[in-house]
Amino acid sequence: MTMDKTITAVWIALLALTAVLTAVSRVSHFWAVAAMLTLTPLKAGLVLYYFMHLKDEGPLIKGMVAIALTTLVIFIGMMFLDIAFR
Amino acid sequence: MSAAHRDDLGSKIGMWLFLFTEMLLFGGLFLLYSAYRSMHPLEFHAAGAELNAALGVFNTLVLLTSSYTLALSLTAVEKGQTQLAKKLILATILLGAVFLVVKGFEWSAEFRHGIYPNGPELLKRAPGEILFFGLYFTMTGLHGLHILAGMALLSAALLKVVKGEVKAGSSVFLENAGLYWHLVDVIWIFLLPLFYLAA
Repeated sequence: MTMDKTITAVWIALLALTAVLTAVSRVSHFWAVAAMLTLTPLKAGLVLYYFMHLKDEGPLIKGMVAIALTTLVIFIGMMFLDIAFR
Repeated sequence: MSAAHRDDLGSKIGMWLFLFTEMLLFGGLFLLYSAYRSMHPLEFHAAGAELNAALGVFNTLVLLTSSYTLALSLTAVEKGQTQLAKKLILATILLGAVFLVVKGFEWSAEFRHGIYPNGPELLKRAPGEILFFGLYFTMTGLHGLHILAGMALLSAALLKVVKGEVKAGSSVFLENAGLYWHLVDVIWIFLLPLFYLAA
């Protein structure tokens, strides 16, 4: 696939995922949360990987992004542990 | 004297480091949202139902499309299609303006109903709803400022394409402006389900 075709495919996927997320959010609270926790990171990942060219970057920038995101995930995990055992 | 000093990788690393500070800035606000939501689940649910989900979804489509036109502009520059690249960057800036106009209508409707920080109607609400709207105005407001900054940055990139400073093989300024714009799009991707689809 050429670069432009890849970009177009990712854009269509993002629009489709937004439609699915919106539709599923109306079904029930359980599905709304499930869709939020899966489809939202997936959409963000598509933007990071293709639009922000992470797929073409070397190990340095990929590693830096991984460290930043892991840090954020640790913070989120610690916060939920705090809430759960308070 | 040879060509001016250039370090594209260094430029990109600098941009990414800045973007990490942005991720942690909004990440901290997401933590605050999650903590308050777990303390006031019913009030967050009720307050979320008052937001206009259709406008939130519409603005998501606008931002995703603006990211699309911007990503295309970079490949157009790299292929030497300068005219196309200019149109695509301009389209991205205009889509940013559409986003802000929609946001403006949304906020002004809420303001008319007395829903704004310390607003008379809002202060009568339950504490959880006041927290929800406080976070909503803070986070979408901060995000809106980022859209404004992104439009300024993209205008500078457009000028550089016009002047021939951004061209095939020398496009790191546009690429970095793109990184910023896409990250602002990623943040909105998370804001949509947290606020507009929360009910």
